[in-house]
Amino acid sequence: MNPVARRSALGFLVTLGVMVAILFGAPHALDTFGLVQATGFAALAMFALSQGFIWGYGGVMSFGQAAFLGLGGYAYAVSVINMGDSTLPILIAILVPTLFAGLLGYFMFYGRISDAYIGVITLTVSVILFQLVNTTSGSQYRIGEAELGGFNGIPAIPALNKLGDAGNPLDNDGIWYAAMGALILVYATLRWVLASRFGRVVVAIRENETRAQLIGYDPRLYKLLAFMISGAVAGLAGCLYANWGGFISPTVFGLSMSAQVIIFVLVGGLGTLVGPMLGAVLIQWLIIEAGSQSVVDSNLGLGIVLVAFVLLIPQGLLPVVRNLLMRLPDLVAKGRPARDGASDPVRDAGPAEVRP
Amino acid sequence: MNETMTTTHPAPAENAPLRPLVEARGVTMRFGGVTAVGNVDFTLGEVELRCLIGPNGAGKSTFFKMLTGQLTPTEGRIRFRDTDITGAEPHRIARLGVGIKTQVPNVFNGLSVRENVFVAAGRRKSIARTRSIVDETLTRLQLTAIAERNVGQLAHGQRQWVEIATVLAQEPELILLDEPAAGMTHDEVHRTAELIREINRTHALIVVEHDMPFIRMIARTVTVFNQGRILMEDSVERVLADQRVRDVYLGKQAA
Repeated sequence: MNPVARRSALGFLVTLGVMVAILFGAPHALDTFGLVQATGFAALAMFALSQGFIWGYGGVMSFGQAAFLGLGGYAYAVSVINMGDSTLPILIAILVPTLFAGLLGYFMFYGRISDAYIGVITLTVSVILFQLVNTTSGSQYRIGEAELGGFNGIPAIPALNKLGDAGNPLDNDGIWYAAMGALILVYATLRWVLASRFGRVVVAIRENETRAQLIGYDPRLYKLLAFMISGAVAGLAGCLYANWGGFISPTVFGLSMSAQVIIFVLVGGLGTLVGPMLGAVLIQWLIIEAGSQSVVDSNLGLGIVLVAFVLLIPQGLLPVVRNLLMRLPDLVAKGRPARDGASDPVRDAGPAEVRP
Repeated sequence: MNETMTTTHPAPAENAPLRPLVEARGVTMRFGGVTAVGNVDFTLGEVELRCLIGPNGAGKSTFFKMLTGQLTPTEGRIRFRDTDITGAEPHRIARLGVGIKTQVPNVFNGLSVRENVFVAAGRRKSIARTRSIVDETLTRLQLTAIAERNVGQLAHGQRQWVEIATVLAQEPELILLDEPAAGMTHDEVHRTAELIREINRTHALIVVEHDMPFIRMIARTVTVFNQGRILMEDSVERVLADQRVRDVYLGKQAA
């Protein structure tokens, strides 16, 4: 195994270890409020993974990723209200956005839409969905038992229950385990996908579509499949998101949701998987902290953070930390103090992931 | 096959079957009012090596783009063995066994040399088979030492080699090389010429080049393009001695 591959594998194992430690450690370390908050973070981190995958590896800039988050959330809410048992609704929450991504992606990629317009189209689709769901106020807009509720959304969504056992809903701890467990699973799956031949071709197409085609690969098909995977991940994130609050409203389709996930990826590091997850947690935490004070408007603060990142460290946090870590042995050898004292050493060691 | 042609037909290679590998008939490419390639007839036998020369804008690269499906001819048909490939999608033509090194290097910049070759070698093959092709190709092109380097950071000449490596790794039947010697050092040009002769023992090649010493090293039959048409097609000695060719092309550069 060459050094690059070895470092990449090491990074994956360390990240996995840290995530499993958080999975089992958080219920002991955090109070109920903290754990519920962490569950929300896990859902958003998964949403960030969906964007980080399709943008960072597929090279497709989806500007309306919230469309898939919202579809997943609504699909879960509607089906769980109708069915009672949450087992099948989880699958529906993944399937609906995947198929929608398939349909949308088919027209975009096979229609040879250029990159800039893919951004515009995805953005427009998410706005259309937002408007559509927003206008479903009134009891005539219902799917089976579930009233869509227009801009008020759907309240009191039944939480996840033990598989196949509708009478046994999960408590806060259980939902945490489900959300964080799913995040670990999705992360590991995406790593596997990227290491597979399919994933390597997806990345190759990002690098040079013409060359990929001249070798015999059909870029449209690979982009479509990657887009569907991204839609599936965002859909599962939407399911967890609806579960976390027990409530869903059209804001999940909103522009700010789509913009936020782009910020997660930019801040954490484009072209990595751990970066977007870290970015999601960091930014979400900042938003909450900023919201609890009244000196600076929190949106303004978020805007400043984004501008600062784009100007100062456009490659994102993770690559910077990684480079620092890789140079650490040299710095120590020269007798200079390492400059990473301020950050959490466990977190830093985790994302030593190498862009394939 | 016995259509009257305005150009001299080259003698087929000894072991070539009667059916040509590539056959273009009346191929024309117009961009608006400009005719980049006009009514070109072109035939290439199995395991034949052909050089295309001609001044800039003569239509050589456009012709290559039509052979690989990057452009659909306005008129005319192109056949590869038994398949009509006129206007077929590039990935389908590639799957039939046509590989091309483009004029401006098309490589996967963000990936390592090994990854570049791996992706090219790996279509529909087992991992073990892919790995052995990758190792063979890297050794053959002397790229093993820089296998883990990022292609985006390599010098132009090295990137050319990487691109040739990806083309070979895809194991095509016909290899198109658009200016393979451009930007290479003297030694690299020699190595490229040797490599082309070696490939030609088993594969057909079409090579576009401006470098006349290089053409002399490799060529048997040369086709001269000028203003989108075939000016002449003959043995390298006769082509390089021809006054018309000198007038349109060589007179300015060499002699």
